[in-house]
Amino acid sequence: MYRILNKETLAPTIKLFEIEAPVVAKKAAAGQFIILRIHDEGERIPLTIADFDRKKGTITCVFQEVGKTTKQLGTLNQGDLIKDFVGPLGLPTHIKNYGWVICVGGGVGVAPVHPIARALKQAGNEVIGIIGARSGELLFWEDKMRDACSELRVTTDDGSYARKGFVTDVLREVIEEKKDPVLCVAIGPLPMMRAVCNLTREYNLKTIVSLNSIMVDGTGMCGCCRVTVDGETKFACVDGPEFDGHLVDFDEMARRSAIYKSQEKQSLEQFNAGVTHKCSCGGEQ
Amino acid sequence: MTEAKITKKTIMPKKNPMEAQEPGIRSRNFKEVALGYSEEAVVAEANRCLQCKKAPCRQGCPVEVDIPAFIKLVAERDFTGAIKKIKEKNSLPAICGRVCPQESQCEKYCTLGKKYEPVAIGRIERYCADRELATGVLRQETAPSSGRRVAVIGSGPAGLTCAADLAKLGHKVTVFEALHVPGGVLMYGIPEFRLPKQVVQTEINNLKNLGVEILVNNVVGKSTTVDELMSAGGYDAVFIGTGAGLPYFMRIQGESACGVYTANEFLTRTNLMKAYLFPDCDTPIRIGKKVAVLGGGNVAMDSARTALRLGAEESWIVYRRSRNELPARQEEIEHAEEEGVKFAFLTSPTKILHNEDYWVKAMECLRYELGEPDASGRRRPVPVPGSEFIMDVDTVVIAIGQGPNPLVPRTTSGLELTKKGNIFADPDTGATSKPGVYAGGDIVTGAATVILAMGAGRTAAKSIHAYLNENGGD
Ligand SMILES: Cc1cc2nc3c(=O)[nH]c(=O)nc-3n(C[C@H](O)[C@H](O)[C@H](O)COP(=O)(O)OP(=O)(O)OC[C@H]3O[C@@H](n4cnc5c(N)ncnc54)[C@H](O)[C@@H]3O)c2cc1C
Ligand SMILES: Cc1cc2nc3c(=O)[nH]c(=O)nc-3n(C[C@H](O)[C@H](O)[C@H](O)COP(=O)(O)OP(=O)(O)OC[C@H]3O[C@@H](n4cnc5c(N)ncnc54)[C@H](O)[C@@H]3O)c2cc1C
Ligand code: SF4
Ligand code: SF4
Ligand code: FES
Repeated sequence: MYRILNKETLAPTIKLFEIEAPVVAKKAAAGQFIILRIHDEGERIPLTIADFDRKKGTITCVFQEVGKTTKQLGTLNQGDLIKDFVGPLGLPTHIKNYGWVICVGGGVGVAPVHPIARALKQAGNEVIGIIGARSGELLFWEDKMRDACSELRVTTDDGSYARKGFVTDVLREVIEEKKDPVLCVAIGPLPMMRAVCNLTREYNLKTIVSLNSIMVDGTGMCGCCRVTVDGETKFACVDGPEFDGHLVDFDEMARRSAIYKSQEKQSLEQFNAGVTHKCSCGGEQ
Repeated sequence: MTEAKITKKTIMPKKNPMEAQEPGIRSRNFKEVALGYSEEAVVAEANRCLQCKKAPCRQGCPVEVDIPAFIKLVAERDFTGAIKKIKEKNSLPAICGRVCPQESQCEKYCTLGKKYEPVAIGRIERYCADRELATGVLRQETAPSSGRRVAVIGSGPAGLTCAADLAKLGHKVTVFEALHVPGGVLMYGIPEFRLPKQVVQTEINNLKNLGVEILVNNVVGKSTTVDELMSAGGYDAVFIGTGAGLPYFMRIQGESACGVYTANEFLTRTNLMKAYLFPDCDTPIRIGKKVAVLGGGNVAMDSARTALRLGAEESWIVYRRSRNELPARQEEIEHAEEEGVKFAFLTSPTKILHNEDYWVKAMECLRYELGEPDASGRRRPVPVPGSEFIMDVDTVVIAIGQGPNPLVPRTTSGLELTKKGNIFADPDTGATSKPGVYAGGDIVTGAATVILAMGAGRTAAKSIHAYLNENGGD
């Protein structure tokens, strides 16, 4: 069992947990993720490592409540226990001194982009950060990102905070203004990552995205997370989750992410209706 | 001489039948299909055994269970004696009795089988094991603590057996398992209706009672590495039993369409994550009306039978060769047929077609015929030119085999691998090219059987014990 040491509400549907998991913390690196299962009947869901503290032996995850599991996770509090927590999974971000790089975080993607920006800056890069959200209410970690980057630009889709516009609008300005960045890292909702890639392709700017395909084991055993990159089948959990965004088949990725839409809806409705556990799978809830 | 013997006794030509759930009922539930013998039936079956002096049956058993000896004890109703005899060689009899391919192992060589049906060795073994599980497991002796520590990676039959044997020899064993439940394929692959998970968990509890520590949620190669376990971790030896968990694809167009599963995903969602209890359990699975399973082994049979139980109207096995070449256990093939699984033999898909929403709608297939025998001795399937046809399906399960997962091999220094990426280990000792590191089971042999994995775990345990003794304690 893994204890929640700290809980923060970053935005109405975005929560942060700091979880005691010394084995994972010891090895965690920017770009990797964990898989957790809340209880015996629970689903295994992946969350990116947003931060880690090796000394304290903790992992920080930031998640958005989108369905049954993340909503249920959001009901847990400091001191509560999570049944299973495994990681660090996936390959770490390739960190080196590229010169100057752009890190784009959209929505909840600000959390996973943060340790990457920080590591890139520590490696000697000049890091321009761009973060955005639908509205000001949903924006978080502006201060942390300001620390992690050499320069930070903030935007909201509706203009309710900072400037109005999409992260891609800001990205185009930055590229035009500063000329010849070496690398762009973009993490956020799929449509955002796709839009970023379409833009950076124009400038021939190499772009790394972190793919959140549906996963089960996270160790390369089931093939559920497969994505097509440069015409080849890759497993996001072991070959990724980061890939060269210009080579990713985003259409396929989007369709595969929607495979369980109707079941997800059913599950959420049942959860919202407060149906309690009644199956015979031996769970303890 | 055996002929003479056969005529001396009046022998029932057929095995005593084993009760099973009715096909029409069981094909819609996940409860165990085969219900096991009654005491009367098991004794009657034991009495069919001729007690052959040379006991050819034993040579067919990869771990050489003393078959006539335990069967004799069963005939005498000494069930405690019988299970002790079995366990001298086989530490997981409740599992092997259910899933060993007996018709190509022990029972294949049974003298009786020359004229009649062979003795139902597997069923008798299962009876003894189930009886022990029901009445409380015999306490197993453990040697005094040696003070030596061994790490076992993977908790499939290879790892479990190796861990049990080492613990009995007095070593402190820690098992590292990537998933949240120990048991390997026994838990995530083989379905409940063939191997109840309770049986597996009882065996695992026995292991814990021997003092073995099992750390789930530990991916070696990620959370830690073999090299670290041996240096900072303080382990004196390591056994790698990580199985063959990497799914193979057909490498045909359309394999990423929605509704195409690997058997690993299909079975893991169902067995490990209990998707058949959705939405009471959170993990979903999508099942269409007509399912095609590609392949002909146990994995394919399990997938096809699982599809029926999940509500498919039609479940098809699509196999390149003919019925005679099906590598699955005989009993599984028969059970699948009884349950209404359909077979498209000498057929293989060339393309998976999907609709505009990217969901599977059909497969383009080719017919095959059998040509000359290939390296495996089976007749090679050859495509018939111009035989393309369309098979309408809305779910496809790929069950054409698994390879070794590279996580451990890639992160361990000095480990020699085979061309296919399996770990090279001496079959007589389980020793790898790295001192103190042993390996066995599917990670070494490629996808094989439970009993072979178990046997490899046992062999390695012996070698590790010897290695620890030679390399003195401190
Ligand atoms: C490598 C990786 C890292 C991720 N990191 C984060 C993160 O840091 N913060 C965050 O908020 N979200 C993250 N996600 C997404 C998160 O896993 C999903 O939001 C979560 O699984 C949804 O579960 P649910 O039951 O709440 O919602 P559901 O209603 O079940 O699903 C909502 C959507 O989430 C996706 N999803 C569903 N089940 C899974 C699954 N088992 N694995 C992956 N995706 C699934 C599907 O696209 C689905 O349409 C990450 C995903 C991956 C693969
Ligand atoms: C669906 C199916 C049906 C089958 N039916 C039969 C049958 O009827 N009869 C029969 O004899 N055989 C059958 N087999 C084959 C048999 O199950 C295998 O040969 C056997 O389980 C192999 O045992 P193993 O211990 O080598 O590996 P596995 O059982 O594969 O166990 C390996 C374990 O190691 C874990 N692991 C992997 N990598 C890591 C890592 N990096 N760190 C930590 N842990 C790790 C895995 O999670 C797993 O738990 C079947 C297989 C399948 C898939
Ligand atoms: S272990 Fe398997 S092969 Fe050996 S006797 Fe038992 S059923 Fe037969
Ligand atoms: S099981 Fe068959 S081969 Fe073995 S001793 Fe009995 S009759 Fe002979
Ligand atoms: S999640 Fe199973 S292979 Fe990636």
